[in-house]
Amino acid sequence: MELSDFIVAAFLIPIIGAFFIASSGSKPNVREAYTLGTAALLFMVVLIILPTVMQGGRPSTEGLTVLPGLEVRFVIEPMGMIFALIASTLWIVNSIYSIGYMRGNKEKKQTIFYTCFAIAIASTIGIAFAGNLFTLFLFYEVLTLSTYPLVTHKGDDAAKAGGRMYLGILLTTSVVFLLPAVIGTYYVAGTGDFTVGGIIPADESPIVIGALGVLFIYGIGKAAVMPVHRWLPAAMVAPTPVSALLHAVAVVKAGVFTVVKVIVYVFGLDLFSGVDATSWVVYAAGFTVLVASIIALGQDNLKRRLAYSTVSQLSYVVLAAAMATPLAIIGAAMHITAHAFGKITLFFAAGSIYTAAHKTEISQLNGIGKRMPITMAAFTIGALSMIGVPPTAGFLGKWYILSAAMEIKDWFVLFVIFVSTLLNTAYFMPIVYRAFMKDEDVPPEHEHGEAPWPVVLALSLTALGTLSLFLFPEVPLTLAKALVGQSL
Amino acid sequence: MLDQFPAIIVAAPLIASAICAIVRHERTCWLIALLVSFLCFFGSASMLGQIQDYGTISYQMGGWAPPAGIEYRVDLLAIYLLILVSFIATAVLVYGRQSVSAEIKDGIRGWYYTMYLLCLCGLMGIIITGDAFNAFVFMEISSLSMYTLIALGKDRRALAAAYQYLILGTIGATMYVIGIGLLYTITGTLNLVDLGERLPPLLDTSAAIAGMAFIVVGLSLKIALFPLHLWLPNAYAFAPTVTTAFIAATATKVSIYLLIRYLYSVFGFAFSVEQTPIPELVLVLSVLAIFAGSLTAIFQENVKRMLAYSSVAQIGYITLGIAIANATGLTGSLVHIFNHAVMKGALFMLIGGIALQIGTVRISDMAGLGKQMPLTMFGFVLGGFSLLGVPGTVGFVSKWYLAVGALENGWWWLVVLLMLSSLLVLVYMGRVIEVAFFRERPVGAPVLKDPPKAMIITSWVFILACIYLGFDTSFTVGVAEQAVSVLVGER
Repeated sequence: MELSDFIVAAFLIPIIGAFFIASSGSKPNVREAYTLGTAALLFMVVLIILPTVMQGGRPSTEGLTVLPGLEVRFVIEPMGMIFALIASTLWIVNSIYSIGYMRGNKEKKQTIFYTCFAIAIASTIGIAFAGNLFTLFLFYEVLTLSTYPLVTHKGDDAAKAGGRMYLGILLTTSVVFLLPAVIGTYYVAGTGDFTVGGIIPADESPIVIGALGVLFIYGIGKAAVMPVHRWLPAAMVAPTPVSALLHAVAVVKAGVFTVVKVIVYVFGLDLFSGVDATSWVVYAAGFTVLVASIIALGQDNLKRRLAYSTVSQLSYVVLAAAMATPLAIIGAAMHITAHAFGKITLFFAAGSIYTAAHKTEISQLNGIGKRMPITMAAFTIGALSMIGVPPTAGFLGKWYILSAAMEIKDWFVLFVIFVSTLLNTAYFMPIVYRAFMKDEDVPPEHEHGEAPWPVVLALSLTALGTLSLFLFPEVPLTLAKALVGQSL
Repeated sequence: MLDQFPAIIVAAPLIASAICAIVRHERTCWLIALLVSFLCFFGSASMLGQIQDYGTISYQMGGWAPPAGIEYRVDLLAIYLLILVSFIATAVLVYGRQSVSAEIKDGIRGWYYTMYLLCLCGLMGIIITGDAFNAFVFMEISSLSMYTLIALGKDRRALAAAYQYLILGTIGATMYVIGIGLLYTITGTLNLVDLGERLPPLLDTSAAIAGMAFIVVGLSLKIALFPLHLWLPNAYAFAPTVTTAFIAATATKVSIYLLIRYLYSVFGFAFSVEQTPIPELVLVLSVLAIFAGSLTAIFQENVKRMLAYSSVAQIGYITLGIAIANATGLTGSLVHIFNHAVMKGALFMLIGGIALQIGTVRISDMAGLGKQMPLTMFGFVLGGFSLLGVPGTVGFVSKWYLAVGALENGWWWLVVLLMLSSLLVLVYMGRVIEVAFFRERPVGAPVLKDPPKAMIITSWVFILACIYLGFDTSFTVGVAEQAVSVLVGER
């Protein structure tokens, strides 16, 4: 098989898997076997593609021409490789977790759940490997639509309201802002192919560049730059595995991934940092980082606090990308990776608490660390990574972003990171303190220990991943440096 | 036989309808109608290659040379529409036997197929004829049979709807015939090509201007261009499903075709676009149609009526391309004629299946259908995506062309309006989908399943076409672009 066949295979495997999953609804064990098998197969195929990209290659497939000049085409560049690696790795862990969680909570309609999940992963791979704006937009929309049934999985009024907000904001922003931006780019540049150095002509008027900037940044609603962040907390009505993979990894990462890709390959770093018309992005992102952290402080619901923490962390990536220096882009790529592992650990822990203790509020968590030591240890590692303390992965991303800000003496960015680190500490550490240091207020309604073993296994794996990324960051770091044309 | 196809595809349905009127046996009539529609489709499709290779086919009726005799003229634009209409006619028949049995009273079903064939004959005739008055005759044939097709609905309100359509349709046709009368007085010809040659020096006469006004307004009534759309919602809502699926996908499209012909070929691009206020007028009316149609659709309880208002909006997209008046925009129009026919055809067919199973088409009666009729409702969701313009569906392709066409004119604001309008689709389709998937079927309601195979399969062929044609646009965009280059080249 040629390498291009493997690229197509990576996209098709989850889709074919979805069919198998859908057709085995009556046999849960077979269905779960298909899910795990598909996830493993996808991971292997992604690993087969990896070495070529690490060595600087950019494997691609033939294009499928939809309209003249508009084609569906996969081209793998380092950033997409990072994203595909994250998504395919965490899908395996998440599948293990889902099995424990969904069965532990006796959720209904599990077949449609696993089917939509597989389609969402296929769209994520499509986004990661997209070779041009049109392909990226295509899968961006499919991802929104295929995750809607996941968000509304519970089917009650709260789920319906959350689903409306989710679909409403994501589709509105993508159709009203992102699509005109895509069409405008094709019109201005004559192409939408992602090209090193950007495709928008440097002599284009600042008004057009500024307008495209606004349309892209707010059109990519999945990146959740305020005020288009509201869908993210609303989507927390979903079952925890969905929140974990989709809203800590696939969907939100698709958003910031798109922002980075657009800045690197559509605008080009020189153009983006050289024009005044785009300098506002840093401030918009910095504002979001701080305000979302402050809102997170006031949330008692654990998943909502994590959601606002995600909003804040996503804007770190936008902030870094908007600085548009090579060092900052490396920081953005590293932060995407680190945040994915850290945040999925936190969500897994929240789901684990819910499954074992049926608790959702932070104020109920006194002393829970004694009953669920593994869960809360993993939670602590995830929290440390969010704050950026070594030896966790979060430190790396923050390090590069800080270095980039120092390099161009951007005092605003330094200020934002400094304050937000304090805020992160302020809203994560009390949870850890409650869990381990305080005693239980009242004995729980039922005796419980840890959650089912697949849940505990999954969150231990991601916590270990968060630690080992700090110790062995070679793969993402090599790719991140290749992204800006540096070798290790 | 090949060179007789232009005559056959019009004459065959006409003769077959007479046979159906004599036979009147339900099953036999259905079979005749199906075979003849397919013959028309086959004939049209086999002419396509010939036209792409050798150019326009001109067929002289009865051997009389134009401009004196009636000429059948098949160019790329005409063949594009001929293929569309005959394909829809065939597919709707494959779909519709059970639906006709359920919705049309026993004893008059033979007549139903008679009228169906007459309507097909009229529509094919309008497209293929190169003669202005002959087009009027075919317009009347198709309209009169269409009134009957609507009035045969079980719902008594269908009668009122047909009557309303009859009055407004007749006014439209009368205006059209007054218009060509005026043009005839100054040019002395009815042949469209001949008209196009003789008119230019006469275009500043008041007779030419008045003729143009009558024709444009008359056709706009037939098109149901906002605010002349009042006949459409009731006609679509209360007609039998098969009628709705057939006419929603074809009738208004054929009138749009005629309008494009007159504006671009007969009066000429240079005159219509540059010297009259028609583009500005159509632009405003199209935008109003899009928003008013979609907004009204949101408040409908009857799903067929909702889709009918959605059609008013979608017609607005098609005429928008005429108003944008550059090659890209016009391509968008033609592509959307085809795409809208496919997606609306699909949606009306699926609704027909629901009507057959639950007996109503009210949104509130559709609770829980997502679970009990999964194929139908899942198809409905995909059709909704297409209507919304999600990339990878036909709706996206049309919208892309319209947006780029607007950008070429420097109309950024129109791009934004275009995108905003598609959100309204999300609202009205979302209402149906939420009820079907999130509400439980009332306790004690009979358990349902998807409609009969023929209906589900045909509907899904259309749904899959919505997706396939969203990726492979070589036919829709390919032929439309060639046709546009001829139209714009003729100026």
